[in-house]
Amino acid sequence: MNRVVITGIGAITPLGNDVKTTWEKIIRGESGIDYIKAFDTEKHTVKIAGEVKGFQPETKFDPKTLKRLDRVVQLSMWAAAEAIADSGIDFDQCDRNQVGVIIGSGIGGLTTWEEEHTKFIHHGPGRVSPFLIPMMIPDMTSGYVAIEWKLKGPNYTITSACASGAHSIGMAFKEIRYGKAQVVVSGGSEAPITPFAVAGFSNMRALSRNTADPKTVSKPFDRDRDGFVIAEGAGIFVMEELEFAKRRGARIYAEVAGFGATGDGFHITAPAPDGEGARRAMAMALDDAGCKPADIDYINAHGTSTDLNDKYEIKAIRDLFGDRAAKIAVNSTKSMIGHTLGAAGGVEGIIAILSIQNSKIHTTRNLVNVDPECAGVDFVLNGTRTQPVNCCLSNSLGFGGHNASICFKKYIP
Amino acid sequence: MPLFDDVRNIIVEQLHVPPEKVNLEAKFIEDLGADSLDTVELIMAFEEKFGLQIPEEEAQKLDTVGKAVTYLEGKAKT
Repeated sequence: MNRVVITGIGAITPLGNDVKTTWEKIIRGESGIDYIKAFDTEKHTVKIAGEVKGFQPETKFDPKTLKRLDRVVQLSMWAAAEAIADSGIDFDQCDRNQVGVIIGSGIGGLTTWEEEHTKFIHHGPGRVSPFLIPMMIPDMTSGYVAIEWKLKGPNYTITSACASGAHSIGMAFKEIRYGKAQVVVSGGSEAPITPFAVAGFSNMRALSRNTADPKTVSKPFDRDRDGFVIAEGAGIFVMEELEFAKRRGARIYAEVAGFGATGDGFHITAPAPDGEGARRAMAMALDDAGCKPADIDYINAHGTSTDLNDKYEIKAIRDLFGDRAAKIAVNSTKSMIGHTLGAAGGVEGIIAILSIQNSKIHTTRNLVNVDPECAGVDFVLNGTRTQPVNCCLSNSLGFGGHNASICFKKYIP
Repeated sequence: MPLFDDVRNIIVEQLHVPPEKVNLEAKFIEDLGADSLDTVELIMAFEEKFGLQIPEEEAQKLDTVGKAVTYLEGKAKT
């Protein structure tokens, strides 16, 4: 089996349009959540989101290309461009058949879908754009990255709601581990801040209805949490087979060591009681990585700020790790950027490996009063903590009962 | 030719080509970089601008700027 390493990272989030800006703000505990600017929220109960700010895709891509791409694909392309540049890889020096793209999206081109459906209702079928289908299908997040960079290895998209990004990283890991690709551009992208989608998420009572300062609303594991804050963004990795990366002298951020994926088989939106599906996913990731519970020193939790997710995810950690749980640092990046749905696994995976690289674990913003049902782990409170991270997990748990856990390790030659 | 100006503006906007490339001889696919989906969208834009329906079999014949202008001028007169 091949070893798999991360050699490039790219992100666009509510906190910044690149990795550096996002990470610096996360370390300072800032929030990227604010009132929605994308549309008029007068009739919406929920008026806040984590929106990307000052996004100017035309500075990297030509206007004709952009016209054919939904925002979700534009975000994917933007972060992929950063990750590819960051990796220093020259695809002309690669066998392009060995370079794959696996970028997840939970929903796909919502903006396009809504605009074209409105045309359909008002002007009839003859006015629906010929670009409706290629712009709305979620797999274009992977498809167009391959078109732009002419990459011809394994290419597909995984849709598993909020676990789409993590599953994509997991499958990219498998493609490389088992020798089906040398390089995979992987991660997740989502652009769900549209009038229709926000109404849907709001009416299912998934979103927080807290009307306090938007920056204080996402409070994972706090006793006063009342739902997640919807957000957009993308987080992309360049992943490579270790020997291939070494031959080209690549800088290595971290090793992808294991992947666990399970199903709840329980309910469309509620997690299985006690987080038993999440527990098995983490156990599988550990086993896959050849790690013992005692090896894990940090978990970047799914931590959505919903009642059930947070208490069951922590219960799953307690059940799996036993006495070790109290020594595992746990945080939720969603406390600052909100829930980027299918992008979450990518964005949070980047935060996890930067924690390994910088020996810094960010706080969970707005976590003031730990819910007794969430107790039993080492929450990082009162600002960023300096602590070595050798081995960590990044969890993503999706509607539909899709659980994914990725094990990242400090790279040791 | 005000109609030509309208047609050119639509083509420039839809295909992101410089206006000087849009002459009567220019072929949408070969000269202006359109693909099959672009040509469908162009026809829809003409229909919307000039308030008419272009039947599928007619639309398929309009492969140059000149043919489109002639067709639309003919419709404008009737």
